[in-house]
Amino acid sequence: MVTEDTNHEGGQVKKFLYLNRRAPHGTNYAQEGLEVALIGAAFDQDVAMAYTDDGVFQLKKDQDTSDIGTKNFSATYGALGDYDVTRVYVELESLARRGLTKEDLMPLVYEDEDDDWEEKPLIRFVSEAELRDIIEEHE
Amino acid sequence: MLHTVNKSPFEKNSLHSCLRLSKPGANILLLEDGVYGALKGSDISEDIEASLADRGVYVLGPDLKARGIHDDRLIDGVQVVDYAGFVKLAVDAPRVQSWL
Amino acid sequence: MKFAVLVNEGPYTHQASDSAYRFAQAALDEGHEVTRVFFYHDGVNNGTRLTTPPQDDRHIANRWSELGKEHGVDLVVCVAAAQRRGIVDEDEQRRNGKDGNNIADGFRISGLGQLIEAGIQSDRLISFGD
Repeated sequence: MVTEDTNHEGGQVKKFLYLNRRAPHGTNYAQEGLEVALIGAAFDQDVAMAYTDDGVFQLKKDQDTSDIGTKNFSATYGALGDYDVTRVYVELESLARRGLTKEDLMPLVYEDEDDDWEEKPLIRFVSEAELRDIIEEHE
Repeated sequence: MLHTVNKSPFEKNSLHSCLRLSKPGANILLLEDGVYGALKGSDISEDIEASLADRGVYVLGPDLKARGIHDDRLIDGVQVVDYAGFVKLAVDAPRVQSWL
Repeated sequence: MKFAVLVNEGPYTHQASDSAYRFAQAALDEGHEVTRVFFYHDGVNNGTRLTTPPQDDRHIANRWSELGKEHGVDLVVCVAAAQRRGIVDEDEQRRNGKDGNNIADGFRISGLGQLIEAGIQSDRLISFGD
């Protein structure tokens, strides 16, 4: 996670990029990582999420933990847009290596306040090279 | 012999060690994040496909469901079991090796 | 058939404890015996009664306690691992002069010999961990 100072309505706002590299459910790092990102957004910080490596599995649709008895937090990703986290990047190469396609992921959306609250897809698919630039931008 | 693998093959080498060090006739059960190893069309699916020639590969259904993976995404020949099936695999094998 | 189960990870961070519980439950449902669950490494953290998970989440320690009570499963926490991590029963509290204890219902603290014994006396020892 890297940050940058900017100014926003008098308060201090930093740019946070959360780099998610772990699969959900086998460990709960994904769940608690999502919680810290949402809390940061609730504090009006500028939050972006990037999913690479096994992190892309976090956004797989149709997750249902009822048969393993753990908490199903995958619905919480739907709250990202509500918390104004509108930059959610998924690396295409990581999907392909895992036999997944764009259509395998949850159809997350956000309402664009600059465009009459039109509902728009939240996930931005990026290449490895693009993700490298995104990580660099947050320096 | 039953081998269990609970790690994603894209993050750890447990599955590869298990494939390398298990013998023909062995059964391998993928559970927890290990179930990602059963996905068709991934970078490592050829390794699983090759091992199916002389080993049984099983995957724990409840862990697939938790991760949103339907049976039609699995490598052909990989068999889905529930926890009762896990118990049966353990009963049927003389020993169980967990690749933690 | 007699099963023994080894749990090497604590609750909530890793799925290991959940998988071990589901396995033990399934073995009992299938008419087998689960003689002992041995908690080692961070697994000893399954044995504190002081956890308060949110209401919509499973209560892992209570779940083990209930399994122990209902099916006579011996729940054993490794003493050396427990001492390092602050899992304390009345004996340990007295011996080490602590101001309280936290061992959960049905758990007991004992030595690694209990794991070896479980391995010898059961037909299968199944390990769950990181």
